[in-house]
Amino acid sequence: MERLKLTVLSNRQLACGIFGMKLGGCTAECRPGQFVNLELDGFFLRRPISVCDWKDGVLTLAYKVVGDGTAAMAQLPEGTVVDTLVGLGNGFDTDVPCRKALLVGGGIGLAPLFRLTGELVSRGVEVTVVAGFRTASEIFLESEFAEAGANFIVATEDGSRGVKGFVTDAIREKAPAHDYIFSCGPMPMMKALCAATAAPAQLSLEERMGCGFGICMGCTCRTTGGAKRICKEGPVFKREEIIW
Amino acid sequence: MVDTRTFLGSLELSNPVIPASGTFGFGLEMAEIYDLDILGSISIKGTTSEPRFGNPTPRIAECCGGLINSVGLQNPGIDAVISEELPALSKVFHKKVIANISGFSVDEYAHCCSLVDSVDQVGIIEVNVSCPNVHNGGMAFGTDPEAAAAVTRAVKAVTTKPVYIKLSPNVTDIVSIAKACEEAGADGLTLINTMLGMRIDIRRRRPVIANRMGGFSGRAIFPVALRMVYQVSHACSIPVIGCGGVASAADVIEMMMAGASAVQVGAENLRNPFACKEIVEALPVEMEKLGIESLRDIIGIVG
Repeated sequence: MERLKLTVLSNRQLACGIFGMKLGGCTAECRPGQFVNLELDGFFLRRPISVCDWKDGVLTLAYKVVGDGTAAMAQLPEGTVVDTLVGLGNGFDTDVPCRKALLVGGGIGLAPLFRLTGELVSRGVEVTVVAGFRTASEIFLESEFAEAGANFIVATEDGSRGVKGFVTDAIREKAPAHDYIFSCGPMPMMKALCAATAAPAQLSLEERMGCGFGICMGCTCRTTGGAKRICKEGPVFKREEIIW
Repeated sequence: MVDTRTFLGSLELSNPVIPASGTFGFGLEMAEIYDLDILGSISIKGTTSEPRFGNPTPRIAECCGGLINSVGLQNPGIDAVISEELPALSKVFHKKVIANISGFSVDEYAHCCSLVDSVDQVGIIEVNVSCPNVHNGGMAFGTDPEAAAAVTRAVKAVTTKPVYIKLSPNVTDIVSIAKACEEAGADGLTLINTMLGMRIDIRRRRPVIANRMGGFSGRAIFPVALRMVYQVSHACSIPVIGCGGVASAADVIEMMMAGASAVQVGAENLRNPFACKEIVEALPVEMEKLGIESLRDIIGIVG
């Protein structure tokens, strides 16, 4: 973990309720699936946001406005200096036997899968991304995923784009064979995903956090390996660790 | 050159800054980001006889100037704390620590304290009779003078280490409870623990945290904590560790002027992991600004 003063380079809406922010001045290393914790004026706690991408000192976040904090975040003008804790959580383990990866994102859970896609593609892994949304207006990063080299499959609950239904419907109808799964999204989605698939899987979990760096025990979950802090031992867990 | 030393009984601290129990884990995560030896001491995560998972999540609700938590004493149990956590902490923190002990019965408090008694690294036992997040224990012992005194006597009977009772603010008259602990043999008092609070998610029409209510802490409770430290330190003759909403070196000085011999920093650690380090570094500068040569000169100076 490092604390850095980052500068907002851009902050704009990507889709309905979804925003993208670029922060400059990031000297720290990240791993795909890790998160940052942003200090916001007027809020006691920081806001934990998964890292979408980083390059040449620029950190890219994609976030959903879900409450007062993220609403305030969406109003931050360019040039704002944000006190940020960088490099939090374990991130996805990409050093696994994997030739054909299936990446499954639900809503804003798609964000941390972007950098992961880049890293897997650069290792020669064939990447299929299945992204689930409620409706077409919530779709984001579609062209970016395609440019990063992923086969990008969309499912919408209302059928306004792609496969009508859930990610599991899209996987059944369209996804090619795969030998490894990475996922981030709502728990019911990941539960259905694990019920419908058999490949080894890493799942990124979410919980309301106090600190984000392992000292307050605010985000603990039960796993088959005992109590684990989502912010510290997680947010990424293997499928066999999850107690549904 | 100002003097930041202070004493808790015979225990000398290089400065009064102590991370509060539950906001610093067992220190290991924090040792990765700064040298813990700059701290006066560390109050470790509250420990019970058996391992505890704690309460269901969500356990955290943000508030203006603070947060509500309902962690519920998640800890690995006293045996693991003594055999694993404390030895690990001793490699990165070379001073005496404060062992924070909780329980659900007088016997459990005594059992844990008797085990901690033989750990040389522990300088003070802090007995938590004020956790608002567990049923049939914790705060129930800290809201009644008789019960608080009974715990104090039971613990004192099994240890020669200094015993500090950590008091709850969720009472009508904190002085009567403080005095009952002092008369029962407490060597000192820590106050305050969190204030019982609640938030409701108005969109979903249900409490934000799973356990409905929880303990409110953070900058917003500082005036309440300060008032209670003032009242108790003037009514009792044993040392008081001030705790509640402390976020700056100025807050530390204010707490000490109210009567605290040392000061714990809690919720601020969660929003700023470097909070204690920054306060320790700012303290001499703030003292010089205020013309304070020795912190010991200002303890309880406000009459």
